[in-house]
Amino acid sequence: MTTFTSDQTPASAPPTLPAPGPARKPAGIGARVRDAFTSPKYGPVLVTAVLFVAVFVAGGIRYPGFLSGQVLLNLFVDNAYLIVLAVGMTFVILTGGIDLSVGAVVALSTMIAASLLQAGLPPAVVIPLILLATSVLGLLVGLMIHYFKVQPFIATLAAMFLARGLCYVISQSSIAISDPAFIALAVSRIPLGGTMSITWSVVIAVIVVVIAVWMLHRTRFGRTVYAIGGGEQSGMLMGLPVARTKVLVYVVSGFCSGLSGVLFTFYTLSGYPLTAIGTELDAIAAVVIGGTLLAGGYGFVLGSVLGVLVLGIIQTIISFEGTLSSWWTKIFIGVLLLVFIALQRVLTARRR
Amino acid sequence: MTALLARLAASRLLWPLVMLAVLLIIDVIAVPGFFSITVRDGNLYGSLIDILRNGAPTLIVAIGMTLVIATRGIDLSVGAVAAISGAVACSILLGSPDPGNPATVAVAIVVALLISLVLGVWNGFLVAVLGIQPIIATLILMTAGRGVAMLITEGQILTVTSPPFKALGSGFWFGIPVAVYIAAIVFAVAATLTRRTALGMMIEAVGINPEASRQAGIRARGLLFAVYTFSAVCAAVAGLILTANTMAADANNAALFIELDAILAVVIGGTSLAGGRYSLAGTLVGALVIQTLVTTVYTVGIPPIATMVFKAAVVTVVCLLQSPTTNQALASFRRSLAVRAGKGVASAS
Repeated sequence: MTTFTSDQTPASAPPTLPAPGPARKPAGIGARVRDAFTSPKYGPVLVTAVLFVAVFVAGGIRYPGFLSGQVLLNLFVDNAYLIVLAVGMTFVILTGGIDLSVGAVVALSTMIAASLLQAGLPPAVVIPLILLATSVLGLLVGLMIHYFKVQPFIATLAAMFLARGLCYVISQSSIAISDPAFIALAVSRIPLGGTMSITWSVVIAVIVVVIAVWMLHRTRFGRTVYAIGGGEQSGMLMGLPVARTKVLVYVVSGFCSGLSGVLFTFYTLSGYPLTAIGTELDAIAAVVIGGTLLAGGYGFVLGSVLGVLVLGIIQTIISFEGTLSSWWTKIFIGVLLLVFIALQRVLTARRR
Repeated sequence: MTALLARLAASRLLWPLVMLAVLLIIDVIAVPGFFSITVRDGNLYGSLIDILRNGAPTLIVAIGMTLVIATRGIDLSVGAVAAISGAVACSILLGSPDPGNPATVAVAIVVALLISLVLGVWNGFLVAVLGIQPIIATLILMTAGRGVAMLITEGQILTVTSPPFKALGSGFWFGIPVAVYIAAIVFAVAATLTRRTALGMMIEAVGINPEASRQAGIRARGLLFAVYTFSAVCAAVAGLILTANTMAADANNAALFIELDAILAVVIGGTSLAGGRYSLAGTLVGALVIQTLVTTVYTVGIPPIATMVFKAAVVTVVCLLQSPTTNQALASFRRSLAVRAGKGVASAS
């Protein structure tokens, strides 16, 4: 319930916990830092940030050429689609829901993009069409979850089957993209001085993140998202538009999945029905590592971005190491997930 | 008879059973001889037997999953555990000089089950002791588990030749597939342990309100350990059957998505993901619905590429039918019918 500032919704201020955090006990810097790290709101994000920096520095010490701006930028270049996906997932998880369909929707978007571009439609038509289609799919899922009280896990599972099945219906094999405008957009790089450069995907991902942060922290919609996660019943009693918001977060997630699919298509320049299997788990893992509580109510979009970067840096380290077999990646990510969650548990448990 | 019908209509099993019946009717219309069961070499063959045999692994996993879900948990790691158990069994058989020896096969099976026991305890530890949300706790093993399975098989697909092991997947015993017996035993064990003792009620209590059940003197921690361990062992049994079916351990693709099918079976069977009351009979029906669905796709001749779309449609329909909103609408419709009928009777007399 820390999401309401007292001047906006005075009636909603919880009776027991006014403004938790450092403000309550003016103490030294050390105590403040400890408070921040053990608060359920900021603690997990801060832990993730510290661990990310630690891993980055450790990589820099171990491998020459690791500690460079381009390695950092490549984390964004390679994971732009995952960032967008994690942003959408954050909205859903903040309300206490979950969206298992995102990976399949990414695959569906690549298939729609590839097949429509092959048919000769210009990207300016194809991309809005994809975003519309995936948003509508999200809308249907949201309606099923809110009005028919189907559990999010199951409703999005059905959407996952549907999206994956539609991929196969479109084509069973990979479709290459040869549209010159689309390729130009995909491969052109934006120089950032020196030898550093980024792609348009990164720009789009950053814009999405900025808009998401603004929506969550500066709009009624965003505040309602946090309120639903904190307690749906309370939100309803406070007269918040719970129904509309709960449906809308799945539309947001559908939209983000579609956009993420477009970015993924930029990356692979093809559509393939078996692509992005298990990506929904990467997105969920990123959101959780980023400190968002699966029960809803606590978490930040920027934390999820940090979560994606952590997953990305593990991949980078494994590719720098060179000799590690691919299965070590899976074990590593599992172990890391465990470490993060255990740390979050320990730190936030001490507070209680 | 009417009492039985009334009980059925009120039961949560109504819609899944209707679904199962509809699917079977579609099959019979498509292939008139669908229900025929032939006896060859003293063994039963036929589409219905196939449904039972191929549905066995999903059913076994779903039984373990039911108990986990009843405690308001979820176990995403079952596919990975199944892959690990298959990999362990195959590598033991490959490493032995005589893979066809029943004793070797027994050792391989026991070791695979013991390892799954450890994996289940690990899941239980994360959930019960560290208090990590079940979906995330088991996600860890789901991600890392396939890696571990690949570590065991060293990235290869291990193929073995061992008649006793093969019997586990495709063998017959008194004319009925061995896999069906195994599924029946697992079902009977779960049903007896939880429904003939207070265990089931305690599991439901933990799922409904952990704090209240703790104050009522139920040791939730031990129960959570038990259900996650049971689920992992079920997964390992299913993994062994699947591996014995193909006689190959494929760390990446063995039992892929079985967790989703199992969860789906549980939910179709009417057990809520929010924990609390569970129905093993429902899970049985749910698993049969899923397997019949797959069989129907082939029987009716729906192109295999559209299988998943069809699956999505059926899942959606079952979920919408079971939804409280639909039930309320149906109930008020039934009431208005009853009122109208009552009026009709009144005016007639």
